[in-house]
Amino acid sequence: MVWIRGIDEIPMSFSNLNEITVSAVGQATQSLISLKPGDGIGLRGPMGRGFVLKGDNILLIGGGVGVAPLAFLGEQAQSIGIGVTSLIGFRSSRDIILYHRFEALGPVIITSDDGSTGICGRVAKGLKELDLDDFSQIYLCGPELMMCDIISRTERYADRIQASINRYLKCAIGICGSCCLDPEGIKVCVEGPVLTASRLLQSEFGKYRRRSSGSRGPCRD
Amino acid sequence: MQSLEGIVGGLKIRNPVMLAAGILGSSGGSLRRAAQAGAGCVVTKSVGARPRDGHPGPTVVQLNCGLLNAMGLPNPGYKEFQEEIDIARIGGVPVVASIFGADKEEFREIASFITPDAFELNLSCPHAKCYGAELGIYPDLVETITESVKNEVNVPVWVKLTPNTSDIIGLGIAAQSGGADAVVAINTLKAMAIDIETGTPILANTFGGLSGPAIKPVALKCVYDLSLNLDIPVIGVGGISTWEDAVEMIMAGAQGVQIGTALYKGYEVFQDIINGLLCYLEKKSITLEQLKGWAWRQCETHSYQNPRVTRRDTTNKNA
Repeated sequence: MVWIRGIDEIPMSFSNLNEITVSAVGQATQSLISLKPGDGIGLRGPMGRGFVLKGDNILLIGGGVGVAPLAFLGEQAQSIGIGVTSLIGFRSSRDIILYHRFEALGPVIITSDDGSTGICGRVAKGLKELDLDDFSQIYLCGPELMMCDIISRTERYADRIQASINRYLKCAIGICGSCCLDPEGIKVCVEGPVLTASRLLQSEFGKYRRRSSGSRGPCRD
Repeated sequence: MQSLEGIVGGLKIRNPVMLAAGILGSSGGSLRRAAQAGAGCVVTKSVGARPRDGHPGPTVVQLNCGLLNAMGLPNPGYKEFQEEIDIARIGGVPVVASIFGADKEEFREIASFITPDAFELNLSCPHAKCYGAELGIYPDLVETITESVKNEVNVPVWVKLTPNTSDIIGLGIAAQSGGADAVVAINTLKAMAIDIETGTPILANTFGGLSGPAIKPVALKCVYDLSLNLDIPVIGVGGISTWEDAVEMIMAGAQGVQIGTALYKGYEVFQDIINGLLCYLEKKSITLEQLKGWAWRQCETHSYQNPRVTRRDTTNKNA
């Protein structure tokens, strides 16, 4: 959990050792990117369960700023001899981040919503280029609807897909309940944020998500 | 085999170990999970008249001695909450709705709309402006709010009390006079933490409430005093994380116990406490009823100081 003093405390994944990658989407992230050298933040963590490396050949599928923790994961995998293929998607060529890091890991398929780079369309369009049977494990991170799109097209592989998901976190230690997934009540902050697709398929994921008040709202990111 | 079944605060429950308000209680799914993990009954997150986002973060500070929080009563509003109560009921145990309001009308409005198995009136949250303890430190408000909810509903009404007062017995007596079926003691103690790097209070609300092991001795004393001085049952809450803590709380006079902060260890804490309690009763060859208030009786045996109060007639204090 990253504390921007005077603003808020928000969950963040590492994109490298001692590094986070931030996209300004709200007040807290806007404040984070406005910090100057020498400014400080508060840290609480690490929290929850992250990706678990399995097998000898893996696929990373990321969308937007969600590619950041996958680059870090891919580097860890590569360092212990695991083969890494990446499928990453962005809105347009202007939004591409960390491309060189994925390129250094192995084959990369890139998509863009506007067709300005790579395959034109959503990330899931890139699946056609791949045979998922080749991979022992598939790692997902990105906007909820993008991950849901991928999972719904690859249900057969659901038990070997690990997805890092986002929910509204308050306590981040498994007691307040603000991040719990219906209907099972999975505590995303301690049992996640990485969950297998087979568990997500049984949940609210992709259907709705709770707002800070606890009411149900759309799951657009 | 000993039984933990009984009637607590007007509710028939399979065991007296409950999920405390504000813990994993904002969705029906997580409440049901607590019930399935063994809780004898579950208390929801407090619901109010309108949706609230709560305070910005940080909302918790993890300390060695316990936990500091200032969530700020986030809730979707009572109109959206019946659905969660209905889902929670699938867990098969009574569902108690914790509610908060700014005055007796708001409490009554909420209580008349939702239909839980019992209500717990939050007159004790220490960090939300105009709610909780800001009303709950005044005995006259405790009494009239309790009375107005009691007049509105046909299910038990519990009142959760604040320890941030010089006279918790007075608050308990007020709840009893208002017709409460039980009091729940205690809510968190006002507390704060400061970031020594910059001098900034860590909680975005500046201060919050302390829970966990640090407050158990405070809760014990409150429960001991309340149970000696009230005719209605006392439900003990505050820092209970093991079966030994639960035994101690029941010895102090509690008829039931609630578990909050200890849930950070996982839902298994319910079964651990229940099993421990059963083994203890077995070993001592006593019933749960005999365990209750054991400490009062020992005080009498040893002629220790007994805090039963003789209340002055406050109307004559200026005479």
